[in-house]
Formats: sequence, C-alpha cells, structure tokens
Amino acid sequence: MPTILLLGAGSDMAIAIARRFAAEKYNIQLAARAADTLIPQQQDLQVRYGVSVTTHAFDATNFSSHAAFYAGLPAIPDITICVFGYLGDQEKAQQEWDEAATIIDTNYTGAVSILNVVANSYADRKQGIIVGISSVAGERGRQSNYIYGSAKAGFTAYLSGLRNRLFRSGVHVMSVQPGFVNTRMTQHLTLPPLLTAQPEAVAQAVFKGIEKKKNVLYVKWHWRYIMLIIKLIPESIFKKLSL
Amino acid sequence: MQKRLANWGNYPAITSDENAFTQEEQLREYVLANTHMIARGNGRCYGDASLGDHSISMLKYDKMLAFDTEKGIMDVQAGVTLDQILDIIVPKGWFLPVTPGTKYITVGGAVASDVHGKNHHVDGAFSGHIIDMDVLTGSGETICCSASQHPDLFWATCGGMGLTGVITRVKFGLKQISTAYIRQTQLKAKNLEEVIRLFEEYKHYTYSMAWIDCLQKGDSFGRSILIIGEHATPEELSAVQRKAPLTLPAKRKLTLPFNLPSFALNTFTVKAFNWLYYGKNYKREMHKVIPYEPFFYPLDAILHWNRGYGKAGFVQYQFVVSLEQKEGLITILKRISDKGWGSFLAVLKVFGKQESLISFPMEGYTLALDFPIRKGLFEFLDELDEIVLQYGGRLYLSKDARMKREIFWNSYPNAGRFADIVKQYNSNARFESLQSERLSLTK
Repeated sequence: MPTILLLGAGSDMAIAIARRFAAEKYNIQLAARAADTLIPQQQDLQVRYGVSVTTHAFDATNFSSHAAFYAGLPAIPDITICVFGYLGDQEKAQQEWDEAATIIDTNYTGAVSILNVVANSYADRKQGIIVGISSVAGERGRQSNYIYGSAKAGFTAYLSGLRNRLFRSGVHVMSVQPGFVNTRMTQHLTLPPLLTAQPEAVAQAVFKGIEKKKNVLYVKWHWRYIMLIIKLIPESIFKKLSL
Repeated sequence: MQKRLANWGNYPAITSDENAFTQEEQLREYVLANTHMIARGNGRCYGDASLGDHSISMLKYDKMLAFDTEKGIMDVQAGVTLDQILDIIVPKGWFLPVTPGTKYITVGGAVASDVHGKNHHVDGAFSGHIIDMDVLTGSGETICCSASQHPDLFWATCGGMGLTGVITRVKFGLKQISTAYIRQTQLKAKNLEEVIRLFEEYKHYTYSMAWIDCLQKGDSFGRSILIIGEHATPEELSAVQRKAPLTLPAKRKLTLPFNLPSFALNTFTVKAFNWLYYGKNYKREMHKVIPYEPFFYPLDAILHWNRGYGKAGFVQYQFVVSLEQKEGLITILKRISDKGWGSFLAVLKVFGKQESLISFPMEGYTLALDFPIRKGLFEFLDELDEIVLQYGGRLYLSKDARMKREIFWNSYPNAGRFADIVKQYNSNARFESLQSERLSLTK
C-alpha cells in the first residue's frame, strides 16, 4: 500500500486530506508539533478505514531537526503534503518581530527546510509526489495580511522552482491555492460562502489533482480569475485600495 | 463567527457566535473564557435547546477512538454522527442499540436528549447503553461518568440538554445483527382502540410504532398503521441479498433545495398515507423484508424535509402520558383533530419502563406531530400543555421551543433535583440555552 506523509496533520484541512487518502487505503504518517494530540486522529483513521497510521513529532520552525525527522520515518512516503501554516496577526506582526518571524518561519523557511530534505530524497529515488498548500494571499501583497502573504508568495515561488527542478527526475510537485477555507484558522472571519470551500472539498481537489498531475490547483475555480483580476490592477491604483 | 442558527423546526432563528474545536484543550480554553454557551451537534433537535449566544459546534470533534468488533463496543468523540457510525458498524455485524428517526444526529446529541427509538419498550433509551462518557464541566474539568461513577453527573447529563457541561466522549454498547435488513409487518387499525390493542398484542416485537391519521372522526377516530419489525436473519433474505447480507445497495439522496409553501408537506403525507391505507390489494396485514434505512429513517431519504413547512418553520409537539391515562391521549388527540392545525400524520408509540432523572420517556403512550407556525398556535399548544399536565404527562425537551416554565417544573417530577445538579457542575451558568433560560433552569 502507498504511504502519505502529512506535515501539519492536526489542521482541519489535514484531517480531511488524511481521511480522503485513507478511504483509498493509503497508509498515513501524521506529523505535528505535539504528536500526542494526533492520537485521536490516528485511532479515527484506523477505526474508519482500517489503514495503518503512525504519528510523529515535527516542528516546522525547528529547522535543524528536519533531516532527522525524515530519516526517522518508518517508511519513505510516496506522497508528502505540506499542510502546515500560520496566519498570525498582521497588525501584531507589524509591531513585534517575534510574530513576524513566526509567520515567515512557519509558512516559508520551515516549509523550504523540510521540503529540501524530501525533494533530495525523491530526486535520488526518481519518484514521489510533493504537494504544498500555499495561499492566494501570496499572489499580491495587501495591507491586511502582507506578511503572511509574502511568506506564502515565497513558498509558491519555491514550489514552482522545485517543480521545474524535479520534473526531469520524474517527481511531481503540485501547488495548491485553496482560497478561503472554512476551518478553525478562519472561524473568526466572515467569509463569502460562494468563495469558501469546506476542508473536505480541498481534500477531494487535492486527491483528484494528484491523479491528474495538476501543477497549480485552485480549489474553487473562481479564485483563478479573481486573482488574475487582482494581479492586473496597476500598482498606482492598487496602492490606494483598502484590501 | 456570528452566524444565523436555527434547529430543525426553523423556529426560533437566532444569531450566535459559533466556535468549533478539534482538541479538548481548545474547548477548555473557550469554556473558561465565555458564558452563555451551549454545545450544538447537527442541529436536529427541533426547538431552542441547543441555541445560545455562544454556540460550541461539536461537528469537528468527530474522531472514532475505538471499535471493539468482538464485543460490539464503540468509543467516540461526541461530534460523530450516527450515520457515520452505521457506515462502520453495520458491515461488521453490529447496529445502534437505540436510534431515533434520523441518523443525522451526533452521539453527544443522542445523550443530551436521551433519545428513544421504536424499540424503547424492549431496549429502553440511549442512556441505558452507555458504558461511560466524559463531560467537560463549567470548571473546565473533564469528568468521566457512568451509572456507577459520578452517577449524579451521569444521570443529569442523560436527557439534560447540555446543561451539565459539554459531552466530549461516549463509549456505548452495540446490538448484534446478522443482516442489514428488517423483517417488517404493517397492520391496519380501524381506530385508536384497535391500534392500542395491536401494540399490546405485538409488544414482544423489538420495533414498533404507528402512523396515526389525525383527521378521522367517529368510528374511524385514530385510524392507524402499526409498523413492527425485527432484524432479519440471512434465511429471510432473497438470494441476491444473501450474497452480501450486511451491505445495502447504494442509492441516491433527494434533497429539498428551498422552502416549500407551507401546505406542501401535508399534501405529501396525506397522499402517502392514503396510498398505504387504501392502496390496491392492500391487505390488513403486509409483510416484507426491507433495508434498515427506510425502516428507521424514512424521512432521511429527503434531506432538508423540514423546508417543506416553509420559511416560518414549525414546532413538533411530543408528549407522553402513562398507560393508565389513555383518556388523556384520547382527549388531546380529539382537540388536535378538531382544531385541524397539526400535521395530518402523527407518530404513536408505547414506551416501556425507564428509570431516569430528567429523560423524557416513561411507561406510556407518546404522540408526536408537527404544527406549522401560525397565529394563535402557541395559545393552542398552551391549552394542550395543561391537558398533558392534568393527565400526569410531560413534553419532550428536544422538540420544545415554547413550553412555559410552570409546565416544565410541574410535569418533570425530578426537575428540582436536576436543577441542583446542574448548578453544581455548571456553577456560573456558563452553559445556558434559550430553552434553559425560558424554563428557568439556569437563571
């Protein structure tokens, strides 16, 4: 049976993705900062789908631990999905470096650090699939969340470069731009229903996207065009908008 | 996030701050930081029991922790819904010990309402099958309770409408089955007397309930169809069914995408009932073997059937009176039939004995029917409440959206004891619903 590794496995999106792949009889490796919080999820996947599930401690911002973490996995995963992220507080991040650093370290540096390890391993084996959950926030910086957005922009560019590099090794890299997703991370926000996906829809899109070897995946198709329009607004006008 | 919330009756509708959680720590933090909160599952109770200023959505707390396929024991986080459990247990030869008429409820909701099913006279309510459960109380402490461990908390939580705290985990026993099918018998009854006699005659059957026609008068008053059933054995299945006795054929769901004008559902039920009652070649007694889904969950086949009552919504009225108070049942049914405001069909069921603190069921007759919201309805239901009270009966809190506080306090014999236990575990009235305020249970 193929194995999938979920980095940041405790989030609503990761829970849904794990269930979607478990339903296809994938064995699951769940990784998050506190491995013990993953136990109910591990049990749930075993009870519902009868697959083998392991839990692993993984701290995205502890970069030096990443190589050992990957080497310590019980099996090399066929698919690695990088789900973790940290929205943070934009205003706080403008004032306090620690908040800004956490946003950048989690969404960008940490992701680069672990995926470098995974990418090298997959390049050697000449197989594997890497999926990065980035964000439409990374497509243009806006005053309301540009620190998060710029970290995600970096991550999106990283994934694009990685896809280019690994193409010849037969390793596929898929970037996912979910748009708004109804999760705990966003539950304090009022989101437009038409543009908001459920975590299960993201999971389904990721599963189908991998099957179809998509390069860049928008979960709700509207987002591709919304972001296109947003990117087309001239900077001289854009800077005056309150977005 | 501020959200418009209403339960299954679409009445009342409120704006509430909804919060979900996936880890117990997140819940604890939230509980300790707020008041006026109430846990809410899948919103299938009919009234205002799970509506409050702050709504704790249980739906993401939905992990199945263990399933002992040998002994038939399920241990789950409380946000798991019964339909998800059925999908896992039925193929392994197990069934829910007790199930209400919809499978789209959470396990936490099943406990908080202490739900009953068609087998109440044999198997009791859901609470009778709980091995133990965790409740996160107003102090932020999680307490594991059962009939022998913290029994006061346990009994005040079963049927306690979420007022003792948030039910987070429930471990309960299952019922063994050898097929996913039910051997069903439908019996026509000319009137109320006959259906009551039939209930008695067929009380050894595990499952029984009756559809009763509320509009008939005179000799046909209480004309009904009694439906009884047993889990089918493999020998009772057809050759095709027997090949995979624990698997149901896949089928598609219908959904009502918008609110219908309010007369629509009654037209539908009138037709369905008449078809059953007068249908060509329809015998007094009809036997068939059917999948468990249409037997237990006939209305689940139409998602959002509640929209059939239109935008104003409806209340479901369910009461119970003891076996000795058949007169009360007749009086109330007459009033309903004379008024003509209720749904054309009502569900009649005979409950068996049940020891409980605050759960709804008690040995006797229970009748449930829908009333679309209209002017003068609540005054009329207040009159019915008085009759229920006069005959020593009570109303089901999971269906209630409008009962007066005096009715509750005078009809539930243990109300005072219940309120004391609630106070003990929910000291600052952190947990509070529109219902608990209305009934003065938390104020």
